[in-house]
Amino acid sequence: MRGFDETLLDEADETVRVRFVVNGRKVACEVAPRETLVDCLRDKLELTGTHAGCEMGACGACLVQIDGRAVHSCLMFAVQADGARIDTIEGLTESGAIADLQAEFHRRNALQCGFCTPGMLVNACELLSQVARPSREQIRDALSGNYCRCTGYEAIVDAIDAVAKARSAGGAR
Amino acid sequence: MDFGETAVKASAFSYFRAATIDQALDAHARAGDDARFIAGGQSLVPALSLRLQAPRLLIDITHIAELRGVRREGACLRIGALTRHCEMLSEPLIAEFAPLLHAAAPFVAHPAIRNRGTFGGSVALADPASEFPAMTLALDAEIEIAGASGRRRVKADEFFFDLFETALQPGELITAIYVPLFKADQRFAFDELARRRGDYALVGCGMLATFTSDRIDDIRISFFSVGNRPMRAKAAEAALIGFGLDAEHIAAAQAALEDDLAPPENDEVPPAMRLHLARVLLGRLLGRLGEGA
Amino acid sequence: MTAPLTSLDRPNSYIGRSLPRPNAKRLLAGRGRYVSDLRLPRMLHAAFLRSPHAHAKIVSIKTDEARALEGVHLVATGADLATICTPWTGTLDHFKGMTSAPQLPLPLDRVVWAGQAVVAVVAENRATAEDALELIEVDYEDLPIVVDIDGAREADSPLVNPGSVSNVCFRSQLDSGAVDDAFAHAAHVVEEEFSFGRHTAVTLEPRAIVADYDPAAGMLTVHHGTQTPYQFQDLYSRHYGIPEARVRVIATDIGGSFGMKLHVYHEDMAVVGLSILLGRPVKYVADRIESFVSDIHARDHRVRARMALDAKGEILAMDVLDLTAIGAFSTYPRTSVVEGNQVVRLIGAPYRFRNYRATLEVIFQNKVQTSQYRAVGHPIACAVTERMVDMAAAKLGLDPFAIRAQNVIADDAYPQTSPTGYRFEALSHEACLKRLQEMMGYDGLRAEQAELRKRGIYRGIGIATFVEITNPSPAFYGVGGARISSQDGAIVSLTPSGEVRCLISVTEQGQGTEAIISQIVADQLGLAQEHVKVITGDTEVTPHGGATWACRGAGIGGETALQAARALKRNILEIAALILQEQPSALDIIDGDVVDAGTRNRRLPISEIARIVYFRSDTLPPGTQAQLTVSHHFAPQGYPFAFTNGIQGCSLEVDVDTGFIKLLKHFIVEDCGRVINPMLVDEQLRGGIVQGLGAALFEECRYSETGQLVNGSLADYLVPMPMEMPDIAIAHVDTPTADTELGAKGVGEAGTAAASACVLNAVNDALVPFGAAVNSIPITPARVLKALKRF
Repeated sequence: MRGFDETLLDEADETVRVRFVVNGRKVACEVAPRETLVDCLRDKLELTGTHAGCEMGACGACLVQIDGRAVHSCLMFAVQADGARIDTIEGLTESGAIADLQAEFHRRNALQCGFCTPGMLVNACELLSQVARPSREQIRDALSGNYCRCTGYEAIVDAIDAVAKARSAGGAR
Repeated sequence: MDFGETAVKASAFSYFRAATIDQALDAHARAGDDARFIAGGQSLVPALSLRLQAPRLLIDITHIAELRGVRREGACLRIGALTRHCEMLSEPLIAEFAPLLHAAAPFVAHPAIRNRGTFGGSVALADPASEFPAMTLALDAEIEIAGASGRRRVKADEFFFDLFETALQPGELITAIYVPLFKADQRFAFDELARRRGDYALVGCGMLATFTSDRIDDIRISFFSVGNRPMRAKAAEAALIGFGLDAEHIAAAQAALEDDLAPPENDEVPPAMRLHLARVLLGRLLGRLGEGA
Repeated sequence: MTAPLTSLDRPNSYIGRSLPRPNAKRLLAGRGRYVSDLRLPRMLHAAFLRSPHAHAKIVSIKTDEARALEGVHLVATGADLATICTPWTGTLDHFKGMTSAPQLPLPLDRVVWAGQAVVAVVAENRATAEDALELIEVDYEDLPIVVDIDGAREADSPLVNPGSVSNVCFRSQLDSGAVDDAFAHAAHVVEEEFSFGRHTAVTLEPRAIVADYDPAAGMLTVHHGTQTPYQFQDLYSRHYGIPEARVRVIATDIGGSFGMKLHVYHEDMAVVGLSILLGRPVKYVADRIESFVSDIHARDHRVRARMALDAKGEILAMDVLDLTAIGAFSTYPRTSVVEGNQVVRLIGAPYRFRNYRATLEVIFQNKVQTSQYRAVGHPIACAVTERMVDMAAAKLGLDPFAIRAQNVIADDAYPQTSPTGYRFEALSHEACLKRLQEMMGYDGLRAEQAELRKRGIYRGIGIATFVEITNPSPAFYGVGGARISSQDGAIVSLTPSGEVRCLISVTEQGQGTEAIISQIVADQLGLAQEHVKVITGDTEVTPHGGATWACRGAGIGGETALQAARALKRNILEIAALILQEQPSALDIIDGDVVDAGTRNRRLPISEIARIVYFRSDTLPPGTQAQLTVSHHFAPQGYPFAFTNGIQGCSLEVDVDTGFIKLLKHFIVEDCGRVINPMLVDEQLRGGIVQGLGAALFEECRYSETGQLVNGSLADYLVPMPMEMPDIAIAHVDTPTADTELGAKGVGEAGTAAASACVLNAVNDALVPFGAAVNSIPITPARVLKALKRF
């Protein structure tokens, strides 16, 4: 990697080229350094399933996976993610990785307006990858940064709980 | 809050990804110090988005290998500045040798924030309401700083000056935090009173004590959310050292807090209420410490 | 053993069934289409410079530098927009004597709250627009401000609207007479003052709008995250002078609304004007901080109440004063006095007493407007009433269940008219009380409470009865002159392939409108639900109607769909009868097939009827004109409102050293009449309850003495989050309304209506051993500790 080049200081308004692997596909795009990852995903890559709810990390609507971990895409500039693997709700849906969670959310109506749902699913996915049989308390704790104004949360907790049990019973994964 | 100029998109800046500490320091110097280092960015990114800060240059230090890793070094645990909050929960060395940090970690924001936020970043920001900066006080940690004039180590007790003011000079960055290894004759306790899980606490407290049977030989108690900086409760400590954790000495420590803390004026949590809550929390934690914590 | 067959065992019996929402799968896959997702060709982005002052004169605005910035297309001030937009005034005729100043998209010479939009910038992107905002200079001259209710009412108070005589927006009084007499002869009187903090809707998707004016066609298309597209079609048409037929408002997926997104906002009106000025699409999405300072707030009431009882605990009378501060303007077009009006009319509603007096005073101040948000007025009326009932019970040594059982209107005593003039068709307070007591395991909870108290653990048990207004007739807004419809329309078609499409005026914000409409249509027509497609939210496509507010979607929209589906079925069977040479009455439709009504033997698929009608009309008898599209409207008649009722209960624990409250469990027994989809009803209740619990414990818009909102971010304004919310047990009593065939009433606000009252009662129950009481909402640790004199 090269050292610091002072001409960079005069190029704040210039876009730079970044490369990611988004939902399993190599992507290159031009972004201004000040562009957050959520804006880049939504505007440049048209992945509008990731939502911006507060743009300060307080609502969880913008969660995506970066290198396999749930991260707020509003708390990162796209340039910081250069070289990273990014998975969004669209990719997680297409790969089938969260199909059981989605089905259970649907069955129990664990969503209303749906704006928080992608973030909830990303977080649920992470929780179940780390704790096979979380208690209801652990589920609520894991979702403690995900705001939902519609459901009152119980159906979401129920859905995640049911999927955890089903996955454990199935022995798969 | 001033609503005249609300913003949600950052002012323009240039971005530089440093591969080494020297590159990062050099970039900062050459930007005329109108630069910010960014690690996890969990506090800095919103500050930029809201245009509370508008540096010319953002220097990404997350790819500097030297800032990573947790390892034993003599009587200390060296915790690299880039150690993420989630690693405080998952790293076995932390659980074994710095269990107070392990205990505090679940209270730091929410899982996805912990996946990005870094220990060094948290200490560097020195938010008086944050868990980790205060815990460096309780742990008697040392903060290693790299700057133009080389490396130096600063005791946590001498690191935090005032609101967001620390021993870090412009252009310096934290490389690691050294925490004395947890010993068999020590006990620790941590808790906080937050309205909601992951919120900044109304009051939080951590403590590390060395015992001879049930007598306290040494204790370090630190609070957060009780003033302009993370705070040691030295008067409370003094009220306990040399004694057992009986009701009388716990009450003495609680009473002493008045001299230790400087709760800020706040409509929602008046200073007297914060002091009251600090005393309640202190009493509960000392109770747990007495039970072996 | 086989259970007896019920109506639910019939094929296509979708009414009463818990079924997932067909349209939710898109949202789960990240394929929602919210206005904030929308990108149109040549679209520009707006941002607003806001007032840092709560009240100030605008001396000058300098925009030259901003205009010169690369990427900026337009900088507009109040004067620029005033040339194309006519002002609006938030008053209604049936609120006699109410006043409010005219409003424009952006102010001309004076700002009246901190956060009010002053200058608009339109640029290539939001970041550039925000860069330009930094280059605008506005010179203000401070004016005296009005912040708190008491100050606003003083004779020498500064005026929010210079030139007016006072800061009073509206005053009204209800008096059934004989109230003083009742109090004079009462054995017991309880009295208390209550305060209810301001809170706000905090939808997860902020307000979002894309206005797209095409000057060539003279056509305005507005993609608008709103509950009420028809209302906005009318308003954009009238205020911008565009013929109604050339204004199209499209409301697709909406990230939450709860009443907040049916009001006129200055920025939204401005964005329409900006698009007209530029002839290009302009997008504006409020950021979170902007939402806090410009979305409507709600509540902000102070209520003084007295209740008189006889020696046995019979409620004799109530006497109430409600003061509410609404900001600098009354909101348009629904006004900001509706909440206060509902507070004074709903107080005491579950009970039998006849003597009632209430005074309402609605006051201007230099804050953002308040207006209708989920459960308008109900939480306040309920908390005041139910706390007074508990205070009375304590005074008389009665159990909270017992005093309510003694005083609620008996289930067999309907119809009834309340002392405030509300007409109740049929309610079920007694049945609900009984059911709740069983469901809570009330006696067990009391025993546990007593046991734990001995160990220094302070649990509280609270209950709260409520009445909810749903299915409003024109009595709500129409009679006041508002062009807000209380009827709905549906267009139901049999498609050429034999499926059914229903275009309907009620709208979807996630509550399941489209799901229940498809259930009703499929049920009534006799076909599989997946063969019914429901389309909502586009004024160019769906018929004019009231849309979704005040819990009217299921009751009024549902009835519209039911009647429309029945009409289409009649038309289908007429054609079937011609083809089959039968009488229509001898035929029925089951599972998409025309069958013999008696034997249920399959005769002909309806797809075949569609094929013949659309493609082989030559084979039908001469003179046959098949009508496989039916348009139908329904306006509620009979009772002006369909009232629902219910009761909530909760169990919580107060940490008396910290003032922290842990919610343990919440309960509700609710009667919304005919339940169309039990799962969706339960989820409405749960979501509504949690909004009420947020209000009870966490939510409050706090202002400084200078009128600045001090906690206007999602980090500082505390919404209810998963960890702190309890599980909620639900039971139902079903008392359908006889005003409609469907019999459904609304349910969206019932949860919010009583949840905070319930918590208030439970907290006070927990504090009984300390002789302490809390009568302010939200119930913060500071308030609990103050009540306990801990600091």
